[in-house]
Amino acid sequence: MDLITPGLGLVFWSIITFFILLVILRKFAWKPILGAVDERENGIKNALEAADKARMEMENLKADNERILNEARAEREGMLKEAREIKTKMVSDAKEEAQEQATKMITQAQEAIENEKRSAMAELKNHVASLSIDIAEKVVREELSNKDKQLELVESMLGDAKLN
Amino acid sequence: MTLNTLRAVLFLVFSVAITNFGFASQEDEDQDEGFNATEMIMHHVKDAHEFHIVDWNNEPISIALPIILYTDNGLVTFMSSEFHHDDSGSVIVEKNGERFVKYHEKIYQLDAGVDALAFDEEEEPTNASKPLNFSITKNVFMMWVSVLVLFLIFISAARKYKKANNYVPRGIASFVEPLVIFIRDEVAIPMIGEKKYRRFMPFLLSVFFFIWLNNIFGLIPILNGANVSGNIAFTLTLALFTFFITMFSGNKNYWKHIFWMPGVPVPMKIFLAPIEIIGMFVKPFSLTIRLFANITAGHIIILSLMSLIFTFQSIAIAPVSVGFSLFILIIEIVVVAIQAYIFTVLSALYIGMATAEEDNH
Repeated sequence: MDLITPGLGLVFWSIITFFILLVILRKFAWKPILGAVDERENGIKNALEAADKARMEMENLKADNERILNEARAEREGMLKEAREIKTKMVSDAKEEAQEQATKMITQAQEAIENEKRSAMAELKNHVASLSIDIAEKVVREELSNKDKQLELVESMLGDAKLN
Repeated sequence: MTLNTLRAVLFLVFSVAITNFGFASQEDEDQDEGFNATEMIMHHVKDAHEFHIVDWNNEPISIALPIILYTDNGLVTFMSSEFHHDDSGSVIVEKNGERFVKYHEKIYQLDAGVDALAFDEEEEPTNASKPLNFSITKNVFMMWVSVLVLFLIFISAARKYKKANNYVPRGIASFVEPLVIFIRDEVAIPMIGEKKYRRFMPFLLSVFFFIWLNNIFGLIPILNGANVSGNIAFTLTLALFTFFITMFSGNKNYWKHIFWMPGVPVPMKIFLAPIEIIGMFVKPFSLTIRLFANITAGHIIILSLMSLIFTFQSIAIAPVSVGFSLFILIIEIVVVAIQAYIFTVLSALYIGMATAEEDNH
């Protein structure tokens, strides 16, 4: 039957027509359209990825900030503590040193005083000795001014010597 | 969108009405001998050498188309108007000493000294030969119109993308893009696979829109049912394209599955090979028949419903006829899209089978 017998002419023209359609649409329609759609889809994908990345970075940044803040806080704490310690130490050190200095000064003073005392005592002793010699000289001179007395003394002394 | 749909439906309704009148006047002259529905339907479904639009006062209004014949003496060309709308073989056109007649939309070259066609029992002419006929027939003409429309739509859509640097579809592009993406995401990628679909996209898109548009043109009655996609030559051609693309893109794996099916015993391999080879040719054949039969059937149903008016010779039957054919026409609007889609899906499936990489058994 005619209806189901493919006509040669129509097959021929169909091949040519479809081939031309394919070639032209491929070059002037499908490539630009598909290219544009692809490019746009890639653009959207990239934009979403970039947004995701930015969000992540933001979070990281936030975490970083938090961390840095905490670190700074801890550092401040540490510094304050250290300063307090140093202060305490300095105060105690100063106290100690002052104590030491004072002790040393007191000791020196005491020593000086002792020396002074000693030299004074020695001087006093010398003085007392010369004074007593002077007095004794004067007394002796007074005692021995007459012959009787000199004799008496010699007598007594001899008396003592006899006992030995 | 809804407004446009409404407008399209109204257009179709009026078109049906107009064609209806067309039939009426055309068949007036045959009224005496009785109305032959089969002949009328076949005449409308088959190809023709002139673009018949309507009969007006028993005078056919039609567009003459060029007739291109290849005879023993070379090319012969003339316009179909030289037959003066004759289709019974009575008007003889003489060119370069060769004489041609047109009988039932076939062109015969009369033998020397013969004035009228004679047929044997098998309806083969006894005193004429059939030259190779490359005429620009009604179907070829409509095919070219559809190609022009496709160029207009898609090239201007592609231009829209070039102009807009942010790639936002505008105008015609916003209509085209969802369809293109549909073919890509629902047909090409699932059937062929993410890696290889790109190569076949131009073919799949072209086939889909070419078939769809020709199907739609076939539904517009004022075009007098230029039944391009319901012509077996047309569907055969497209199926051949699919066939050859499948053949040439078939990889080692594909041919192995055809000639030496892996994973089955040797006797089974020998048994399967001929079946697979037949299957290779059945695929394009089924594509050919499916599209042809579906579209032609739609035309035949609508025309049959219309013929009821003339068969019963009563205007009372007209509302029923028009109502039913409108109903079928609306179904056909869906069917033409589905058929274009099915052809594309199956083509993609066959290509996908031919290019499948590893064994998925």
